Amino acid sequence: MTTTAAEQAAEGQRPEGIGGAARAYIDKLRGGDFGSLPAVLGLAALVILFGSLKGDRFLSSFNFANLLGQGAMIIVIAMGLIFVLLLGEIDLAAGVTAGMCAAVLGVTMTEHGWPMPLALGACILTGIVVGLAQGVLVANFGIPSFVVTLATFLAFQGVLLLIIGEGGTIGIRDDTILAIQNDNLPVWSGWILAAVIAGGYAGLTLMRRRSRITAGLATEAFTVWLAKTGFLVAVVAVVTFFLNEERSRRPEITSIKGIPWVLPLILVLFVGLTFLLTRTSFGRHVYAVGGNAEAARRAGISVARIKVICFVACSTLAAVAGILFASRDNSISPSTGGSTTLLLAVGAAVIGGTSLFGGKGRIIDAIIGGLVVAVIQNGLPLVTEQAGIQYAVTGGVLLIAASVDALSRRKSVTG
Amino acid sequence: MSEPDASAVAAGTDTPLLELRGITKSFGAVEVLRGVDLKVRSGRVTALVGDNGAGKSTLIKGVAGIHNFDAGEYFFEGAPVEVHDPKTANALGIEVVYQDLALCNNLDVVHNMFLGREVTRGVTLNEDEMETRARKTLDGLAVRTLHSVRQPVASLSGGQRQTVAIARSVLWNSKLVILDEPTAALGVAQTEQVLRLVRQLADNGLGVILISHNLGDVMQVADDIAVLYLGQMAAQVDTKDVQRNQVVELITAGRSGDIGLSPAMAEVVL
Ligand SMILES: Nc1ncnc2c1ncn2[C@@H]1O[C@H](COP(=O)(O)OP(=O)(O)OP(=O)(O)O)[C@@H](O)[C@H]1O
Ligand SMILES: [Mg+2]
Repeated sequence: MTTTAAEQAAEGQRPEGIGGAARAYIDKLRGGDFGSLPAVLGLAALVILFGSLKGDRFLSSFNFANLLGQGAMIIVIAMGLIFVLLLGEIDLAAGVTAGMCAAVLGVTMTEHGWPMPLALGACILTGIVVGLAQGVLVANFGIPSFVVTLATFLAFQGVLLLIIGEGGTIGIRDDTILAIQNDNLPVWSGWILAAVIAGGYAGLTLMRRRSRITAGLATEAFTVWLAKTGFLVAVVAVVTFFLNEERSRRPEITSIKGIPWVLPLILVLFVGLTFLLTRTSFGRHVYAVGGNAEAARRAGISVARIKVICFVACSTLAAVAGILFASRDNSISPSTGGSTTLLLAVGAAVIGGTSLFGGKGRIIDAIIGGLVVAVIQNGLPLVTEQAGIQYAVTGGVLLIAASVDALSRRKSVTG
Repeated sequence: MSEPDASAVAAGTDTPLLELRGITKSFGAVEVLRGVDLKVRSGRVTALVGDNGAGKSTLIKGVAGIHNFDAGEYFFEGAPVEVHDPKTANALGIEVVYQDLALCNNLDVVHNMFLGREVTRGVTLNEDEMETRARKTLDGLAVRTLHSVRQPVASLSGGQRQTVAIARSVLWNSKLVILDEPTAALGVAQTEQVLRLVRQLADNGLGVILISHNLGDVMQVADDIAVLYLGQMAAQVDTKDVQRNQVVELITAGRSGDIGLSPAMAEVVL
């Protein structure tokens, strides 16, 4: 290996093998690009902490499924926020947009008797219109997104209140909507899903590898591919196994087991949005606008168009999160999507490794960061009853994540 | 691009690649360009020099379609053309390497070179094709300083960035490459490297406009020199026909001996 590694290093290509990949990764960290590493380490630390303090309750498969359901809305809103954060913008209204869209879903179904698909369409359409309006105000009128979405943040809370009525709630009774957050895949189909994910990943990455080799381009070593694929297979298997366990407290009355429907939904969003951001011209242009808007403009990219589309993506995903709220809470209230929702979602994205300065971020950040937030939200109440401590800890974690972001940025600018 | 074809050589001898006649441009009440003429031929480096504020950047922004000229004629390969936006300029084969580079730090070399003109297969980006072409172009320019075309531009030195910006400008069937002060922020070795690259472009048969404040660079690499003096073209001369001090006079006073603006013209300004 020694001679080839030296030759390839001389050509500036990646050296062979796991050792080479590890060295390249360490170089990347040194350069200030931490990616999701702090979040993954933090997640592991939190799981170990809560596991050792309250292992019996925290580490149960019941709690694991519960945690996914809690975190799902934050994760989906964070996925949307990543589009606007990539531009260096912000959407402070994403949380209440979710609440307002959920209210549209609830009111049209419950009070106007619309069929579920139509109500779902109205909910999503509301998200699209909101994004379009906010995007145009930011991109074409040049109003800072902070101001636009601060205004809509207030306004949408008002709209939500008007839709629902003072002090009221709207019940959700549609079985399909409720199933998303309350029903599980049959155990056998959970394993099929796991096989599809693992097989799909292995197949796609292998095909990509082969096409790069055919084109004579630098390719990661087979051992590195094997290690990555092996890791993914292990994670998928463990998660599937865990969720396929019986988690009902009284299995003789009702059996609860299987992957919650919300998990495949999040996976579909993850794969689709990651594809959009990393494999299409549109995605490339989003990163370009966030990295250097003037350079993007000179390269012939319509900066305003990209911005508007990103705001639409953000609000539309907020509408999807609204559906998840409706499903989980069985009802919509004036506080749905309000309170700390938005802060937790921004926190999730930033903790996951998305930069607040634009140009850096991935959809996976929403999932990893969202899990960190969900673990804190879920684990702390087991340890302490005091809401004050819970707020303070969550705020502290967000501040740490933002500091890592700012420091890594300074490092990559100066070094 | 690698070898000048017969028509390009022919064009180099008769019709200029780019010809501007009587160009004017004002920003509000300020007349920035006043009846500027310019000829650029294929296979030659035409230096565009002049003091700060003489109008060099304004002139090339007009050529590139970023600003519109108020009046004057614009010929490309002998034919009159209307260039009102950067896309039209690109379609003609005009590429600009800007003073402030216009690269995205967060994207890698390949992504920057293809920005806005990505190669796709269906809806997906064809990364392999882009990487292969980027490598080929860099090799064609004999660039050896870039270690990996997959490293982010943020990690490159000033000279390497300039190299990426120049390589981007020749990826597309370009005929005219305009460089606005490509060596302004570079050290000695990197300047040498970029000038060699500029020469290489012209030797590959392209027309090159080089804006520079460094007369040493200009005398070394340019085939002819166009001097802008307060928005007027003082003179466009062959490098071999002039001395360095004559160019300095043209830049500072608009005339030198019997070349340059007539005394009356030069004085109107003062
Ligand atoms: N967009 C603009 N609006 C108003 N005035 C402008 C604009 N762009 C340039 N000018 C003015 O036009 C004149 C010429 O500017 P230009 O940038 O073309 O000069 P330059 O020769 O490139 O100078 P330098 O060597 O400093 O780059 C300057 O007086 C400048 O202030
Ligand atoms: Mg200038």
